[in-house]
Amino acid sequence: MSNEWPLWEVFIRGQHGLSHRHVGSLHAPDAEMAIKNARDVYTRRNEGVSIWVVKASDIAASSPEEKGPLFEPSNSKVYRHPTFYDIPDEVGHM
Amino acid sequence: MPNADSRELALRMGDNCLILAQRLGAWCGHAPALEEDIALANTALDLIGQTRLWLGLAGEMEGGKSADDLAFQRDARAFRNCLLVEQPNGDYAHTLVRQFLFDAWHAPMLTGLMKSADPRVAEIAAKSIKEVDYHLERSTDLVIRLGDGSEESHARMQSALDDFYPFAGELLTPDAVDEALAEAGLALDLQSVRSAWRSHVAATLQEATLTAPVDAPVRKGGKQGLHSEALGYVLAELQWMQRAYPGAEW
Repeated sequence: MSNEWPLWEVFIRGQHGLSHRHVGSLHAPDAEMAIKNARDVYTRRNEGVSIWVVKASDIAASSPEEKGPLFEPSNSKVYRHPTFYDIPDEVGHM
Repeated sequence: MPNADSRELALRMGDNCLILAQRLGAWCGHAPALEEDIALANTALDLIGQTRLWLGLAGEMEGGKSADDLAFQRDARAFRNCLLVEQPNGDYAHTLVRQFLFDAWHAPMLTGLMKSADPRVAEIAAKSIKEVDYHLERSTDLVIRLGDGSEESHARMQSALDDFYPFAGELLTPDAVDEALAEAGLALDLQSVRSAWRSHVAATLQEATLTAPVDAPVRKGGKQGLHSEALGYVLAELQWMQRAYPGAEW
């Protein structure tokens, strides 16, 4: 039966004001039930304060074959990383 | 004797949770979809947590017995759960309808108990209601989806409703203990639970295109310890280890 239900990707925002993070996927007949199922499957241990669900088929993804042209040009360009100065503690999460 | 009535209240609340949780636990690994399996197990665990609180309170009033003592060492006649929760799981429709009829009573009952004159009762009710509000939201949603679903799901839900509806009356009909509790301000008047139950169930069934049986005889007795044969089998599975190896721990 669950084979007939579409797959949903689940994103949960944790307690500390961080952005939503992908936690996994599940099957459900529609968005409302996907959120209920996500609550039961992924937030039993007080993991989150907000849930997003997205139909897996609605996610456009880069393909692994394009890895070279997409990502390699940024290799060995350390100056693109903001690591050459100290971030004050008060800034919090960056 | 208010303390005896208070203890009876704690036993009734706790035994309902315990027996329903034990029933739901039997679905673990067998539910029709993984997500449903987890959701049912979660509901069962919520109810076990509530059982610990209610039976803990009942045991305290009984002179220092633990929740485990009460769960594992009483015979069927001493259990105070309603007949509804001990009924067999049947198909998934029966399990859901039983849950829905129970949740629709449980939520307004706990809401009322939050105002109990006994602060221990009020505290347990306040802790439990958040879980039970979600149980009710979920079972209501599924009753509507499956009642107003396919021809087969509708037929199964209607047959489950025909079977279990007569058991709901017990939860809503006060006996002498309920009346004494209401008078002492320890519990609410079951009439108010009944009207909340009726309006929620009627609205849900209408949306689910299901029909409640008319003039169904009320099946009752559990609150007084007069159970159907089903409870014996539930307790045999629940209690056998503590009975065979008293005090065993691991």
